[in-house]
Amino acid sequence: MTAKPFVMPAPHPRERRIIFENISRPDYDTSLDTYLKHGGYESLKKALAMKPAEIIDVIKASNLRGRGGAGFPCGAKWSFIRYDDGKPHYIVVNADESEPGTFKDRYILHYDPHQLIEGLVMSAYATNTHLCYIYIRCEFPEAAKIVWKAIQEATAKGYVGKNILGSGFDCDIYVHQGAGAYICGEETSLLESLEGKRPYPRIKPPYFPAVLGLYMKPTVVNNVETICHVKHILRLGAEEYAKMGTPGDGGTRTMCVSGDVVKPGFYELPAGAVTLGELIFDICGGLKPGRTLKAVIPGGSSAKVLRADEVFKVKVKGADGAMEEKELKVLDVVMDAAGLTSVGTMVGSGGVMVMDDTREMVWALNNLNQFYAHESCGQCTPCREGSLWMSKITTRMLDGGGQGADPKTLKNVADNIAGRTICAFGEACSWPTQSFLAKFPEEFDQAAVGKE
Amino acid sequence: MTTGTDPKAIATRQADLVTPEMETEIDEIITHYPVSKRSASLPLLHIWQNHFGSVDDTGIEWIAAKLELQPINIIELVTFYPWFRREAGGKTIIRVCRTLACAMAGGYEVKEKFCSVVGLDPQAEHHGFGAAPPTSSDGKFSVEFVECLASCGSAPVALINDTLHENISLEAVTAIVEKYQ
Repeated sequence: MTAKPFVMPAPHPRERRIIFENISRPDYDTSLDTYLKHGGYESLKKALAMKPAEIIDVIKASNLRGRGGAGFPCGAKWSFIRYDDGKPHYIVVNADESEPGTFKDRYILHYDPHQLIEGLVMSAYATNTHLCYIYIRCEFPEAAKIVWKAIQEATAKGYVGKNILGSGFDCDIYVHQGAGAYICGEETSLLESLEGKRPYPRIKPPYFPAVLGLYMKPTVVNNVETICHVKHILRLGAEEYAKMGTPGDGGTRTMCVSGDVVKPGFYELPAGAVTLGELIFDICGGLKPGRTLKAVIPGGSSAKVLRADEVFKVKVKGADGAMEEKELKVLDVVMDAAGLTSVGTMVGSGGVMVMDDTREMVWALNNLNQFYAHESCGQCTPCREGSLWMSKITTRMLDGGGQGADPKTLKNVADNIAGRTICAFGEACSWPTQSFLAKFPEEFDQAAVGKE
Repeated sequence: MTTGTDPKAIATRQADLVTPEMETEIDEIITHYPVSKRSASLPLLHIWQNHFGSVDDTGIEWIAAKLELQPINIIELVTFYPWFRREAGGKTIIRVCRTLACAMAGGYEVKEKFCSVVGLDPQAEHHGFGAAPPTSSDGKFSVEFVECLASCGSAPVALINDTLHENISLEAVTAIVEKYQ
């Protein structure tokens, strides 16, 4: 089965396509032959000739950060696995992409599965892993078939399975399908799901599945895009790869832009290369005619919203080396981990949702609240009760039944979820409410008056 | 409505209808989990639901026995994951994305249009976990909202059986439904 033809638009001059380089080729398909024609599995040969510890050093030097949302340094995560501890190790690829606003992994899985497989075998070799799973959400049924077919093709040619390319290294890869639960993107929930249990996130500590992961054995859980980057880091060399990004955030980052822009889509850009304004107005063609920018959610729906006319005071290093305070407008915020963190939000999974002046903020928040109320797994009381409560309040406000105390109640509920739950879903569901209320108080006050 | 209220449906035990091909597929997929057979519970539920359209009590018992588990180990999954159903929906299931980017691009109107084209009440919602989604009287179509389908750049989108439809305009809905008649 090959995917239906997908034509990627020509790259914007600011783009640097590495992950999406092959997918951009007009004649590219998902077969192994096509992949080999374009240098496929060459990096794997290179990796198998290296010592595993050397590969981890290269990944560390590349400053690769996880692309799933939390942004944890990938090399550090891998080095938690002790190569020779005598235990079985596992790698689980998190292909449960479901953060609203994010849609990059979908294209990798559907249109370049071998890239993921090659990166995965290299990652397995570096961490002494012989069994890997790719956890794909079941709403990507075609992707599961395409990836599984690619694994079988690669196995037949000796790139996966026993004695890979004569190196003596064995690694099996299987596809596992989810069943429609957003919470399974949380890594410990994903592992419970893969073990066949009800996917309640695990209690921390241990904070890393590298200590106790799948079947209580050391496990690496990485996002699809992260694993693909591994291949390119070895191909390009750590130095050149790191140079593309900013210090501490190497390589390229795929920004997924949706909402009220002329050209929504995903754009692979060097990390930290563009500001929010450049992303929206240069790369995505700006807003629709006659509209003005109102709000941006910069890193997937859980990231705190930014208001178009906000001005931040941030500390930057001046020319003389001393820290000085500077004013920063929203459109000048740099779209990387450091830039977005400095204004109180996050780069997250790279899902940028743009809203123009026609959007009502109570409506937008209510949409997200309904999402979180539906997806809360129900394990922790503050989240299970609170997410539904927030959703009920905003729905009532929208229907004209607002009450004076609603904004205060909403804030109170949200404040009592974040930090009081087992997993980060608690923060994810309260940050939208907290930030929408703080940034657009006038709209919530107005909706709280109610309609006769 | 193709729900459990159909007397014929009640009389049918899914576990009695397992085909040899299905069992071969099931035995093969269990080999993907050399460490723990319990891990195969989700894939087995998928195979079951793909075949029967739902998972009934006999299915839960059959899968549990196959994996040497208690039925509760399977029930706790069927009642958790929104994907699994105790009652089958229509032959074609139209899952329209409800979340923000699609909603901004008109996802709610698209869902209502799908409902009216296949003859359902546009405001119909389904009730309760595992219940069948609103289904047309001829049993051909079900329409429901799902949460983010991860295709926000081509909103609004809908997953129809295994195929994603993108940038759906209200005008295109009738032609899309026609393809699945």
